[in-house]
Amino acid sequence: MKRFLAVLICLGWSSIVLGAAGGVAPLEARIDIEDSPSLQRGAQLYVNYCLGCHSLSYMRYDRVGRDLGLDAKQTEENLLFASDRITEPMNISMPPEKAAKWFGVAPPDLSLIARSRGADWLYSYLVTFYSDPDPSRPFKVNNVMFGDVGMPHVLQGLQGVQEYIPGDIPNEATNIQPVGLEIRADDILVRKSATMPDGSHVEILDTLKVVQAGEMDPSIYRSAMRDLVNFLVYVGEPARLERQALGFWVVLFLVFFTVLLRALYKEYWRDVH
Amino acid sequence: MRAMLNGLLAWTDARFPLSKLWNEHLARYYAPKNFNFWYYFGGLALLVLVMQLATGLWLAMFYKPDAALAFGSVEYIMRDVQWGWLIRYMHSTGASAFFIIIYLHMFRALMYGSYKAPRELLWVIGMLIYLCLMAEAFFGYLLPWGQMSYWGAQVIISLFGALPFGIGEALALWIRGDYVVSDATLSRFYSLHVVGIPLLLLGLVAVHLMALHEVGSNNPDGVEIKKNKDAAGVPADGVRFHPYYTVKDLWGVGVFLTLFMLVVFYAPEFGGWFLESANFVPANPLQTPEHILPVWYFTPYYAILRAIPDKLTGVIAMFAATLIFFVLPWLDRHPVKSIRYRSLLFKGALMLFAVTFILLGWLGTEPPTPFKSELGLRLGELYFLFFFVLWFYSKERSVRFGYAIFGIVMVLMVIADVIRFDASKQMLILTSALIPVAYSAIFLLLPMHTRLNESRAVPERVN
Repeated sequence: MKRFLAVLICLGWSSIVLGAAGGVAPLEARIDIEDSPSLQRGAQLYVNYCLGCHSLSYMRYDRVGRDLGLDAKQTEENLLFASDRITEPMNISMPPEKAAKWFGVAPPDLSLIARSRGADWLYSYLVTFYSDPDPSRPFKVNNVMFGDVGMPHVLQGLQGVQEYIPGDIPNEATNIQPVGLEIRADDILVRKSATMPDGSHVEILDTLKVVQAGEMDPSIYRSAMRDLVNFLVYVGEPARLERQALGFWVVLFLVFFTVLLRALYKEYWRDVH
Repeated sequence: MRAMLNGLLAWTDARFPLSKLWNEHLARYYAPKNFNFWYYFGGLALLVLVMQLATGLWLAMFYKPDAALAFGSVEYIMRDVQWGWLIRYMHSTGASAFFIIIYLHMFRALMYGSYKAPRELLWVIGMLIYLCLMAEAFFGYLLPWGQMSYWGAQVIISLFGALPFGIGEALALWIRGDYVVSDATLSRFYSLHVVGIPLLLLGLVAVHLMALHEVGSNNPDGVEIKKNKDAAGVPADGVRFHPYYTVKDLWGVGVFLTLFMLVVFYAPEFGGWFLESANFVPANPLQTPEHILPVWYFTPYYAILRAIPDKLTGVIAMFAATLIFFVLPWLDRHPVKSIRYRSLLFKGALMLFAVTFILLGWLGTEPPTPFKSELGLRLGELYFLFFFVLWFYSKERSVRFGYAIFGIVMVLMVIADVIRFDASKQMLILTSALIPVAYSAIFLLLPMHTRLNESRAVPERVN
């Protein structure tokens, strides 16, 4: 019976692992929600570059300030640009109908974007914008994670202009699929897989290279994007800061209490044969 | 003080059967002394029911059943309501925990034959509870008004639309209260989720317990303890439920709560299995998500539905897969209750059934490919064949009868494959047909020629 249970658990677990989604495997964001300075830098980037178009309507300024270790004055001075009351949610003043007209689609609220997309996806998205001269691209940029994205590369001033340099594609290669991303020194590689006529697979490496420097070095830009993603993960679930700290004590108590209950059970059952 | 309390008890007992109820259901209720791991789940199900009612009560204080406000009100609970996030996570994790517990509880009944006489009605009432639980979960899942809530409800309600003679569309319309899932649907689902189904559930749970205490619990040996009573009329192999099983169940509760709180505090989404990422996007009737999936506890049935190319047949098979449990006590008439004394073949069939159920559950969450659909169909066949095997094993069968039954199964299978035949999947259909053929050959023919289907002698008393 115990062996059978083990088999059931293994099967259950493997199905959890197999349930992971396909597509381009994103870069690992490696964020740390406990890192307050990182969250503060992320918040600053957000209010300076994102909050013009993307609201965080489920998040209030004062809550952000409190959770990130800022006092009311610091919150007002550093975060409060789009509103005048610290207790207000982080809304935008752009009317959604007009926004839809300007961008093709109204920029979505990002309160929960980290929960629907995941930190890794967001991080990969933020670092893989590249210039695309195609006249059909309204802002002359495109993105590896989000093909034909409607958003301009707002952070281009920080990152600089990144160019997409395709790798060599062997003749006769078909079924070219992007599979993953990889950071190599200052560049980001896009790993693709293609099928040859004999059925074998070949790998193609495309490169994203900064050809015109921005305010930040590539590695500094990536670390800034990590801060931004960290902040968005926090915004997706502010309770997360509290939950992991509280959980430790709850579980510790329960373990202790369960040991006591076990002793009680054994004591009562001593006389059952 | 003591005299006063005794006086109060006597006064109460003269007016309400307090001591009588306490004794009949706890202090003088005798349960077999040999309960094992599998016997914790009934009590745990009760605990989770109470937890869902309590957390649900508090959620209902802050939730807004309005298509324009529902999604925001859930986020309001998660952010601005004191301890709202904890109550919400306990409720969402509780839903999945409830199904894990109920599935283990049902599997226990399958292993130890707890549905057999005299417990048929107890099992049927339990099945009604299971159906209510599925309805409760389905209605509740719409309430956060995320993309998966919305489209999951859209897909499942549209299944009723497959019913013929114009009934289907009318029924789907009646359930939704609109031509698509909308505010009208949300309001009625809310009402059913917080009042209608919980009332039914509570009533059924009470009836389930009354039926249980009438017939007494089965046990891992499948021996009736009431057949061996001592001079005082007390079952020799029984112990008083209170305090023996109350303290034992408390220890089970401790273990369960520890695991439960680990999930609540450290993995409330449980890798997307308890809370799906697509449900953090507000419902949008104009944008269909890439994959529409029900939550994990429905996916075994969903896999059966999807595997069958014809929609109506698929819907019928899906409902049949759930409802077939109702007639289980009359399918499996084998006199030996417990798996401990049943044959090797029965053990194998039951384990395979558990594996089939889990694999179907996994397939139900996967985007369909020809291979996976075919596998889903074959596993669906094994699912139903298991119940057929239970019926077949109910008594000794002659060799001729065995071959006749095997022949009938094979013919039915070939007919099904001919009807759905698709030249582009020819090889797949032919190869995968080996799965049910091998299954039928092993479980229907081996009993004729080997001693693998012989039960062992059941002891007089529990071990």
